[in-house]
Amino acid sequence: MIELRGIKKSFNGKEVLKGIHGHFEKGKTNLIIGASGTGKSVLLKCMVGLVQPDEGIVLYDNRDFTDGTADEKQQIRKEIGMLFQGGALFDSKSVEENVMFPLDMHTNMSKHEKLDRVNFCLQRVGLENVNKLMPSEISGGMKKRVGIARAIALQTQYLYCDEPNSGLDPLTSIKIDNLVHEITHEYNITTIVVTHDMNSVLEIGEYIMFLYKGETLWEGDSTTILDTQVKELQEFIFANKLIRDMKSHSPNNK
Amino acid sequence: MKSFGKYVILLSTLFVNRERFRIYLRLIFEESVLIGIDSVFIVVIVSTFIGAVTAVQTAYNLVSPLVPLYVIGTIVRDMTVLELAPTITCVVLAGKVGSSIAGGLGTMRITEQIDALEVMGINSSSFLILPKIIAALITFPMLVIISGFLSIYGGFLASVLTGALTEKEYIYGIRYQFKDSNINFAIVKSEVFAFLIASISAYQGYFTEGGALEVGKSSTNAVTNSCIAVLLADYLLAQLLL
Repeated sequence: MIELRGIKKSFNGKEVLKGIHGHFEKGKTNLIIGASGTGKSVLLKCMVGLVQPDEGIVLYDNRDFTDGTADEKQQIRKEIGMLFQGGALFDSKSVEENVMFPLDMHTNMSKHEKLDRVNFCLQRVGLENVNKLMPSEISGGMKKRVGIARAIALQTQYLYCDEPNSGLDPLTSIKIDNLVHEITHEYNITTIVVTHDMNSVLEIGEYIMFLYKGETLWEGDSTTILDTQVKELQEFIFANKLIRDMKSHSPNNK
Repeated sequence: MKSFGKYVILLSTLFVNRERFRIYLRLIFEESVLIGIDSVFIVVIVSTFIGAVTAVQTAYNLVSPLVPLYVIGTIVRDMTVLELAPTITCVVLAGKVGSSIAGGLGTMRITEQIDALEVMGINSSSFLILPKIIAALITFPMLVIISGFLSIYGGFLASVLTGALTEKEYIYGIRYQFKDSNINFAIVKSEVFAFLIASISAYQGYFTEGGALEVGKSSTNAVTNSCIAVLLADYLLAQLLL
């Protein structure tokens, strides 16, 4: 479980996060949603330690990550896997080397064991016979899959996905969403997905946090989000005509 | 001053939370190939021609019958060892290696590859920058030695082929009143320049913000700042060590 307690962050006097609280439970696909510029990515960076919050703490299973010692942070970081928006694969390394990288850095496994693990992870994300290809030789969707394989190569306990389906076609987006969702349940890990894609919200949102101007305005899940009375969330959701149509045909609609 | 402070802090982070030694060993080897071996060609070309041009221009200016011709060899040797081989080679390397380091790290920064390393619990500055600096410290002196040899040989070819002086006169000239401390001076210079070029370029690349345009700016800044630092250090070392 990941817990946020009063996360605040300002840049050049502008308050981007205004005291975020939240619980992200294990074995669930947790979503942080909101329009562009609401502080989703900053919150994610605070959670993984890329940005130090001005106030507040992040707890990983009651372990203080924000103010912990360097060794404690290091230990928690080894349990974190992250899928970046653009994949963030290492250009100079092949697909196999990219997935093997965390194993090279943090384990004493033999070459054979590492290769087995790499092949397992690549098969798990639906990729085969791509080991020797370079990141520049594979598609955007495949890069995301390799990113997920790299994120789960170690015994990951916490999986972060930063807009996992940005730049992908709708079909590939759904595949990536479902893959993240399946992996979350299969390995019983805490997954946090930052997105503004309503398809993802309705497809995999087991817990949803809606951010608006650096504050949490709404919390719930995919079954209740369409019935929200929060005006800002309604504007966000029903910007999409398809979702508006869904709402108008909903039995709850009066 | 703020940038200098940031540069010093970056350097201090290179030695904390390091990875295992064998990982660095492999990285240093890979970087040595990129920085050293891949630069041999440009060093060979530049050095040979610099030596040749120095010999030809010295011969052109040395018109007094009172000055023996072998002095051309002596001048080529001293200019090469003291200045041309270490300084000009390192200025050329600042362009080639410096832009490559800054461009590579800048691209890694804007494509979130450096963030990915940090999230994995790896000290990205130590992992990415330390091997480059060590590789530069290993390979730059070697390149400067190659440059010195080729520059003197270039001077020999130009002198003999143009008939400015004979083989014997040139070889006598380059041996005349030779001080081996000058070689030490050239090596010390190359080590200092290697550190400055690798660290300044890495600093520029590591702190790139923005997109592709900023990566280009970082590369340009890396080359400009490295060259200025090399020339300043050149003057200071000359004052201190000669």
